[in-house]
Amino acid sequence: MLVAARDLTKTFDTADGPVRVLGGVSLSLAEGETLALTGESGSGKSTLLHLLAALDAPDSGEVEIAGNALAGLDDTGRAALRRERVGLVFQQFNLIPSLTAGENLAFQARLAGRHDDGWCAELAARLGIAEALTRYPEQLSGGQQQRVAIGRALAPRPAIVMADEPTGNLDQAAGDAALELMLSLVADTGAGLLMVTHSERLASRLSRRLHLAGGHLSSRAEAAE
Amino acid sequence: MTRIALGALLSHWRRRPGQLATLLLGLALATALWSAVQAINSEARASYDEAAGALGLSGYDRLERPGGAPLSTGEFVALRRAGWLVSPVLEGRLRAAGGPPVALTGLDLLSAPPGALPPGLTAVGGDTDPADLFTAPGTLFAAPALAERLAEVQGLPPVQAVAGLAADQAVTDIGTAQRLLGRAGEISHLLVLPAQPLGRPPLAEIAPGLTRVAAESAGDIAQLTRSFHLNLTAFGLLSFGVGLFISHGAIGLAFEQRRPTIRTLRALGVPQGRLFALLIAETALMALVAGALGLALGYALAGLLLPDVAATLRGLYGAPVAGELTLRPAWAAAGLAMALTGAALASAQTFTRLSAMPLLASARPRAWATVSTRALNRQALAGALLLALGLAAPSLADGLIAGFALLAGLLLGAALVLPRVLAALLALGARGARTPLAQWFWADARQQLPGLSLALMALLLALAANIGVSTMVNSFRLTFVGWLDQRLAADLYVDTANAAETEALTVWAATAGIDLLPRASVETRLDGRPGSLEGLIDHPLYRATWPLLTSAPGAWEALAAGDAVLVNEQLAYGGSLGLGDPVALGEDWVLPIAGIYADYGNPRPQAFVALDTLTARFPGTPVRDAGLIAPEGETGAELAARLVAETPLDRAAMIDQSAVKALSLRVFERTFAVTAALNVLTLSVAAVAILTALLTLAGLRLPQLAPVWAIGVPRARLARLDLLRALMLAALTFAVALPLGIVTAWALLDVVNVEAFGWRLPMYLFPWDWVLLLALSLVAAGLAGLWPARRLARTAPSTFLKVFADER
Repeated sequence: MLVAARDLTKTFDTADGPVRVLGGVSLSLAEGETLALTGESGSGKSTLLHLLAALDAPDSGEVEIAGNALAGLDDTGRAALRRERVGLVFQQFNLIPSLTAGENLAFQARLAGRHDDGWCAELAARLGIAEALTRYPEQLSGGQQQRVAIGRALAPRPAIVMADEPTGNLDQAAGDAALELMLSLVADTGAGLLMVTHSERLASRLSRRLHLAGGHLSSRAEAAE
Repeated sequence: MTRIALGALLSHWRRRPGQLATLLLGLALATALWSAVQAINSEARASYDEAAGALGLSGYDRLERPGGAPLSTGEFVALRRAGWLVSPVLEGRLRAAGGPPVALTGLDLLSAPPGALPPGLTAVGGDTDPADLFTAPGTLFAAPALAERLAEVQGLPPVQAVAGLAADQAVTDIGTAQRLLGRAGEISHLLVLPAQPLGRPPLAEIAPGLTRVAAESAGDIAQLTRSFHLNLTAFGLLSFGVGLFISHGAIGLAFEQRRPTIRTLRALGVPQGRLFALLIAETALMALVAGALGLALGYALAGLLLPDVAATLRGLYGAPVAGELTLRPAWAAAGLAMALTGAALASAQTFTRLSAMPLLASARPRAWATVSTRALNRQALAGALLLALGLAAPSLADGLIAGFALLAGLLLGAALVLPRVLAALLALGARGARTPLAQWFWADARQQLPGLSLALMALLLALAANIGVSTMVNSFRLTFVGWLDQRLAADLYVDTANAAETEALTVWAATAGIDLLPRASVETRLDGRPGSLEGLIDHPLYRATWPLLTSAPGAWEALAAGDAVLVNEQLAYGGSLGLGDPVALGEDWVLPIAGIYADYGNPRPQAFVALDTLTARFPGTPVRDAGLIAPEGETGAELAARLVAETPLDRAAMIDQSAVKALSLRVFERTFAVTAALNVLTLSVAAVAILTALLTLAGLRLPQLAPVWAIGVPRARLARLDLLRALMLAALTFAVALPLGIVTAWALLDVVNVEAFGWRLPMYLFPWDWVLLLALSLVAAGLAGLWPARRLARTAPSTFLKVFADER
């Protein structure tokens, strides 16, 4: 199993007292599978993604990524896991503003020691940003920036790509195009994809859907009931 | 991974070279000013050590005649015959055309203890043929620069350059010295060699007129100049602190700007520990680069300032300091260490924030250095505490340390309180705002305050130091000029070389009907401390002009009658003496104080008695100085010309009043040239701090400006308001700096100066200087604000629009 999570709980302290965001969530993702995680704003989708991506730790419960239990890893171990096995795509793109698009695209692959010039060039070509590689992020449109971010996540050939509202900052046409590219590239590399989105339309493009509400997961059918 | 992550971090600077330059400049300037001061101090100390070790005459006990009258060859021979191991020394001033007089020391090169000879002369007989030393014309030894000058003077023996002599000192055989000084057979004093045969007859039996004076401590000059160096060090530290404000701002801003990058790096798999290490390495690298740059700048600066400092130390303390700089490895290492320390201090807060930053912290740069009202109040409270501690320091401790604690408390405390005071002033301004734009202007200024506060604190320190120091210097100048007018009442001063010249002068003056004011001087112990006792004749001119700070009724009559003494302020302060108090003027001689006079620029105790009383007490004391009063309508220079024409006296032995005044004022100006230069440099550093803060804020405040622009305020107007804001904050800071500067001046004049030099100066205020300084600070703030304002005026609308786009 690529990702396995069992009984994850997470509570945040707020000004109005503690808020339990996740109340014992379990899920799994197989190799090559694409999973959409939907839910209302504030339902805890991003929190769950952060736990699954080893960006944050749960209050209780267990997470395994590609056979590695996160509970046994320190900060360095978690960082190594993210670097080598996980590709991340954020809603805000989070490109490094002082690096060019090309440097951003190859960045994680270089960091993980898995850089492949040919693969990066192919990614750039398929993402339609080959002409923009020497530009800095501030000189790119939102759509271009998101395509660089997708390229960066796929460049190290990760086991799993995790995307948090990857099209949230794009208009519908650009968002659809970005998703198509991501799905096709994920399929070509054989990676798994876990995508957080509030859009049912986008979620329907993925092979499986889970809905998060009240701190618990349900399949789309259960949620509709 | 390390290389890639470091590359990503460093790429920030590639995209923002201006910010990198600011950071390096701040650290480099801080290091430069600090290093320059340290270079000057270490050079001066090395000179003192060299002087102390060079001609170690002061390291031996000496036999001399009380009052300073010369010894005879007969006395020397009698002592040697009785078994006393003594060596004769003749000291005098050699007038050499084309430069200032040279301190000439004649030694008996055969009997002088080896430790008394300069290092270059220990191997007498090595390079020099002994015959050249002891037979006419003899050989002069001098430091290389002086040797070069003396070699061109006609009538002098051949000159040989040796290392290890003071810059204005020449050494020769005593016979040659006697001939050159026109003092045949005279000996100034005898050096007593440390090893003496047992069973020799006591001194009183062989030479009853001589007394034995114990060796001086070698650290006298270092002790004397300690306060001056402490002053310089304090200024260096102030400059360093101001420089650190810049670095702190630049490093803090760089961290805030790179917050998203740091978050992304961590999200993509760079461990926090590695990131931390990389940032520390980056900071250390920058500190080393900036430190090296600072050292180069500091070295150049020290080279420029050292001649003035050397002149100051010579003028104020008679301390011999060479005007050339030597590169010392310890100094360079200390400078780099200071740069690293500065960078560590400036980045400490950043690293603390980084270590506490959660991985999922907001990636958006926070408003730079946002400070809550509570934090502002806490800072103000700490400042108030420091102010109180500083003000209490003089009553809690004594000495210079208390003076500097007072200054440090005042300056640092006020700097910490400043943001709170400015916030209050801006709130006051906001209350008076009528139009919406004015309301926004005041509110915006308050919002920018946290980001600008460090720069404004730096400006406050620079301005207050400027006001304080210039008030002190100008008060000193005013007092000094008035004092010179009083003290230099005679029109011409003549310095005779021997008794024959004195006689010729006295006869000529009597014949020509010129009032002569002869003076004599004796080195003795005043109130137990080494000092000079001077003899004056009773003359109406003294009564009319002598700068008495305080005097008892009939002081001059008592002085003329030999019943009282006038003492300088330094002697009175050092011994806590007042009018009527008895003061010891050597062995078995005590007189009451009839008056205390100002004696600026003299660090030593001094006292005046009637000339007759002095010569009676110290028989044989030579009268070698005299003032002459020119007849009505004749100038000092004309009188000198007449004197040269009608007597055998040399023009080089005379100096007219205006020349003395000009010389004294020149020494004075040079004395404070270093202070003035450091003052200007510190102010420049503060201006750079403002520029840095404004430039960095400019990029971060687009989100605040975009809505105002969108609702119809043109960019040019926004830019003008930005400039106005910079000017207003500078003016408000000046308003706080003015009272602080005046208190600083008071602390310098009334506490530090009295402790350091032993005299108190009246304080004068110079409002016109304040107007100039206000104008200068407005110009500095205006120049610093012009660039960011111009950039704002030229900001493309699309840049503003991005703010709204990012908010989607």
